[in-house]
Amino acid sequence: MKDMLASMRTPRGLFTVALLLVFALLPLLTEAFGQRYLLSVGTRIVIWSIAAVSLNMILGYGGLVSFGHAAFFGIGGYAVGILSANGLGSGWLQWPVAILASAAWAAVIGALSLRTRGVYFLMITLAFGQLVYYLGSGLEAYGGDDGLNISRSRFAGLIDLRDKASFYWLCLALLCATLWFCSRFAVSRFGLVLRGAKSNELRMTALGFPVFRYRLAAFVVSGAFGGLAGVLLANEGAYVSPAMMSWVKSGDLIVIVVLGGIGVLFGPLYGTVAFFALEELLKPGLDLLHKGWGEYWQVVFGPMLVLIALYARGGIDSLLGRRDG
Amino acid sequence: MVEPLLSTDRLVKRFGGLLATDNVSIEVRPGEIHALIGPNGAGKTTLVGQLTGTLAPDSGSVRFAGRDVTRLPTHARVRLGLARSFQITAVLREFTALDNVALAVQAHAGHSFRFLADARADRRLRDPARRGLESVGLGDRADTLAASLSHGEQRQLEIAMALAGDPKLLLLDEPMAGMGAEESQRMVGFLGALKGSRGMLLIEHDMDAVFALADRITVLVYGRAVATGTPDEIRAHPEVRQAYLGEDAA
Repeated sequence: MKDMLASMRTPRGLFTVALLLVFALLPLLTEAFGQRYLLSVGTRIVIWSIAAVSLNMILGYGGLVSFGHAAFFGIGGYAVGILSANGLGSGWLQWPVAILASAAWAAVIGALSLRTRGVYFLMITLAFGQLVYYLGSGLEAYGGDDGLNISRSRFAGLIDLRDKASFYWLCLALLCATLWFCSRFAVSRFGLVLRGAKSNELRMTALGFPVFRYRLAAFVVSGAFGGLAGVLLANEGAYVSPAMMSWVKSGDLIVIVVLGGIGVLFGPLYGTVAFFALEELLKPGLDLLHKGWGEYWQVVFGPMLVLIALYARGGIDSLLGRRDG
Repeated sequence: MVEPLLSTDRLVKRFGGLLATDNVSIEVRPGEIHALIGPNGAGKTTLVGQLTGTLAPDSGSVRFAGRDVTRLPTHARVRLGLARSFQITAVLREFTALDNVALAVQAHAGHSFRFLADARADRRLRDPARRGLESVGLGDRADTLAASLSHGEQRQLEIAMALAGDPKLLLLDEPMAGMGAEESQRMVGFLGALKGSRGMLLIEHDMDAVFALADRITVLVYGRAVATGTPDEIRAHPEVRQAYLGEDAA
């Protein structure tokens, strides 16, 4: 506890506490300033943060650059969508099914792709991601390329997901739970094996760890949380479409994790906020300079990422001062 | 006669046309230090790979602690008590010295599918790890990042990691490589003190160290075990003198 209080007084601690405070008060703030639209942006930031934290589990702590993480958005989302389209609207059914389906998919692609390394791993996870994408496009009964309007999951009497503020609180609570899990995971026996294998796989094998099994388990855990994010994303827009699992989204998630700080608990949070804020600010900002330029916000965003990659290798986290330990 | 701790039976490994391991049958007895020497390219590393399970032999078998382990993967052999250190120092550089040894302890403390408890606060891992560090003389370096340790210290750390699981056999792949004279001497003293407690297979170029430590020596030349014997027998062996010790013994 004392350590926690001490670490809160560092710039990093203050920044994180301030960020969490804004998150906690966002529905009240947007209501007070009459900016309802910002609450839905906030909700998407929270959901994307959950996905980014889940990617950080394998990318940050495991060193496994998976380029197919948006598939879990899709599987989680479509599980909700397909069940809802078939009249099964209960969240108590939809959510576990969606999360289990995501975990199962993670087990399958993990079992195959974790036998490869480096660029091959990246390419094979990308290929599996695309497979799910085209599968979604091919689901003509569920909207094909156009996607599918769904009704939000029902938790009879407990919570109404159509209420924007309630839904936001729920997402935030789940983000906190995800972060809590990740903070334990990172220093657990399991987490140390995963991080050790990132540092030196050969060494870990020679110590007697079956590294493959631990990585596969990490993949499954990460996929389950990714699926949760997919469930929430589907409920946020009451809509699922193949676009939510395109390779661009997988790339965005990697960018977010790298931007925020790889293998840092709150890194994905910093990254998501920065990513969305830049998008929301650069678009109107460029439009102000010259009408129509806003569409090309990524022309400015791209070089910013290059600069981060070159000069701030630890991402935003490293700008908040040195870490000890 | 005591059953050997580790033995190979007519082990063969080819790389294309090159016979890297040519019908090698060696034995390491419990408690002995068995040295494996041979000029560069003699096939020492290839043989080590087959013993630890990173390379599969083309024919022949490896037995360890009374079992045929020829088809067993590396991590399963380690579980049976076959620990190794690496020729090129292999420590977890981003972890502290204590973390390194604690992970080695953890490897032998059941499965690691434990997601919630803080492993760094687990005394079942930290206490034995601390004792392990002290036993190799790194007690005061526990909280130093492995990457910041000197070369010699990293090698000591490797030994502490290899010893953490209380292995039956320690496979030491050039433990003195890159060490200064003083560090080498300290390592020889340390390994000498371990002698008898467990079997050791020592692969080493430093002949002073080999002859000081080994109970028996096997000489490998062009993939073939040309001689096995006590240090005195090896010194006197004509084929060995010619093939290997020639320039050294003259």
